[in-house]
Amino acid sequence: MAHQSAVAHTGDNYLNHSKGLMSWLTTLDHKRIGVMYLFSVLSFFLVGGVFALLIRLELYKSGVQIVDANAYNRFFTYHGAIMVFLVIIPSIPAALGNFILPIILGAKDVAFPRLNLLSYYIFMIGATFAVAALFLRGADTGWTFYTPYSIRTNTTVILVLTGAFIAGFSSILTGLNFIVTIHKLRAPGLSWSRLPLFCWALYATSIIQVLATPVLAITLLLLIMERLFHIGIFDPKLGGDPILFQHFFWFYSHPAVYIMILPAMGIISEVIPVFCRKPMFGYKAIAYSSFGIALIAFIVWGHHMFVSGQSELANFVFSLLTMFVAVPTGVKVFSWVGTMYKGSIHFYAPMLYVFGFLELFTIGGLTGVFLATLAIDVHLTQTYFVVAHFHYVMVGGTLMALMAGLHYWFPKMTGRMYPERPAQISFWLILIGFNVTFLPQFVLGAQGMPRRYWTYLPEFTFLNRMSTVGSWFIGLGFFYAAYYFYQGMRYGKKAGPNPWNALTLEWQTPSPPPHENFIETPVVTSWPYEYLPENITMQGNS
Amino acid sequence: MSNGETALKHHHAHHFASADDEFEASKQGMWIFLVTEVLMFGGLFVAYGILKGLYPEMVHEAHKLLAVKMGAINTVVLITSSLTMALAVSSTQKGQRDRAIVYLVMTFLFACCFLVVKYFEYSAKFHHGLLPGANFTNEELKDPKSALFFSLYFMMTGLHGIHVLIGMGVIAWVLRRTIRGEFGPNFYTPVELVGFYWHFVDLVWIYLFPLLYLVG
Repeated sequence: MAHQSAVAHTGDNYLNHSKGLMSWLTTLDHKRIGVMYLFSVLSFFLVGGVFALLIRLELYKSGVQIVDANAYNRFFTYHGAIMVFLVIIPSIPAALGNFILPIILGAKDVAFPRLNLLSYYIFMIGATFAVAALFLRGADTGWTFYTPYSIRTNTTVILVLTGAFIAGFSSILTGLNFIVTIHKLRAPGLSWSRLPLFCWALYATSIIQVLATPVLAITLLLLIMERLFHIGIFDPKLGGDPILFQHFFWFYSHPAVYIMILPAMGIISEVIPVFCRKPMFGYKAIAYSSFGIALIAFIVWGHHMFVSGQSELANFVFSLLTMFVAVPTGVKVFSWVGTMYKGSIHFYAPMLYVFGFLELFTIGGLTGVFLATLAIDVHLTQTYFVVAHFHYVMVGGTLMALMAGLHYWFPKMTGRMYPERPAQISFWLILIGFNVTFLPQFVLGAQGMPRRYWTYLPEFTFLNRMSTVGSWFIGLGFFYAAYYFYQGMRYGKKAGPNPWNALTLEWQTPSPPPHENFIETPVVTSWPYEYLPENITMQGNS
Repeated sequence: MSNGETALKHHHAHHFASADDEFEASKQGMWIFLVTEVLMFGGLFVAYGILKGLYPEMVHEAHKLLAVKMGAINTVVLITSSLTMALAVSSTQKGQRDRAIVYLVMTFLFACCFLVVKYFEYSAKFHHGLLPGANFTNEELKDPKSALFFSLYFMMTGLHGIHVLIGMGVIAWVLRRTIRGEFGPNFYTPVELVGFYWHFVDLVWIYLFPLLYLVG
């Protein structure tokens, strides 16, 4: 975008605009709400991560290491529920999206700032319920709450259900807010065909949030009623249908997988052209394929139920439809690679994480096609192969992109650069640690080791031990990242408005941005990925 | 009849270019919210369809115990309340504050009326042991699965009833603001949006009534 805002920096920014704790807790500024989301999500990431490390520690050897079977069931339930509902789903849209979306659109705020703050508090109330269960009798159903076990177990599953139910409304309100924001608050000249790909991705995500989450709400509500009043709709003892629960649950939770991955793809699409100094290849294809993915998301839920007693025909149709997901996903991956081709690639941390994403997400995506294949799925379902597959997608996809986005926008959010060298070391720790942890799990799964068990047969010991050691490297990498991010925030060198020499609007305003984002409303005159020979250089972070 | 001082001077929020933009954005937001409501109720309608498909005779026998007359009265009450709500919106747009107040009060009273009828219906069900799921004690119905029908009945009408209650809350809120003269031809967004919501609540009942009381 050729627009150059008058950077008459007065020193006023969103961080120092008003002071004190109350000014944060009652803020309507999307940037501050984004930052509050970010810190909350990262805290929950720590909790979920500690449970992950404990799970791996228990599996270091067969037999009891640190906990017994019951405690282990609670551990993987917490790990799953916290990571899904409190970390990965809100991470990119609610935290980075809230901060970046209005600025990248050239707007002063989201369409409904009060609703935005409300959705943060709803999220925190939901999270409080879920975390409160930790201190009571816990929950041991897994994050999927399958009936009839979830009706009978005497753990405090109701608190976790209530927590997820409430947090869901926050997700709905964020989605609603973003859709209206993208429709109504684009800067003058920012036509749909010039819309940055992060916005396209968030738009598609928001549609899924708005359409799928209410179904989860009613499902969880029915399950809560099931536990409170034994209404029997999902309870076979009373004539209800437990498979109906699975249909309802996956009608939300499969699209939810795309709530997690689509915004991640949006970040990747922003980072690649900037760090390759090349116009985006296949802009329209990437934009539209997000909607292709969102559409298919709603018609593939049955692939979670191949062995649940669905009809053969349903299995066949769901299997076929699931494979179609690979098409728009492939369109994206090839467009990204096409953008890199003959580009001038700068290997700063955001770009490294993009490479991490491409490697891990491709493995995760392709193993998804294995699992979509009926005959193979019957062998692999409920094994560690599935665990490895979705960790490659969720961690390898979403978390890698989140890290890419955090490094990319860190200068914008804090006004300072993160230290580059520690970032690169941490990246390699995480990437290598991740592969050491999860590649063996593909093998374990193919050999038949079932998921969700607290112990295993002795012949699985070596690969499990490898997996556990890998998890320490991931942990180390993330702790190191927390440390150098803090260092960068305190002592990093001043970033200036546009250290990456990027063309999207958020870089055309001071870092950190002023209270109203821009000193004067920007006017957009060109496409955001027009990297021409004259602006091919990058100041970078050395 | 006055438009109210504030209505004439309504300032749009700082991040919108104009009051029109703000109005359009609010309407769009409300439509999207209503879509989420449709999907939430949609889950219950699907559950109804599945259970009816599994046990058609049970549903048929059980539905005979619902009070069709009361349901029919409530249907008329809600449709009329939708009319008064629409009239309240159009009066506000025309700047006829006194009429708008009358129509909003009427809408509120119709909503009360609906809940009173619902109260009598629920009490009769409790009295005959027609309770959801495991609490079902009625002996008239032979099929032990009949409890499931009443689970659905109470979940669907209960969730709808909560929506009516919330509707009464927001109607009272716009009524109060109308009395204070905050709305007029230049600014009536909250009245219009409450109207959207109220019509939706009405519409859900239009589906619930035949599905539960008539078709069985």
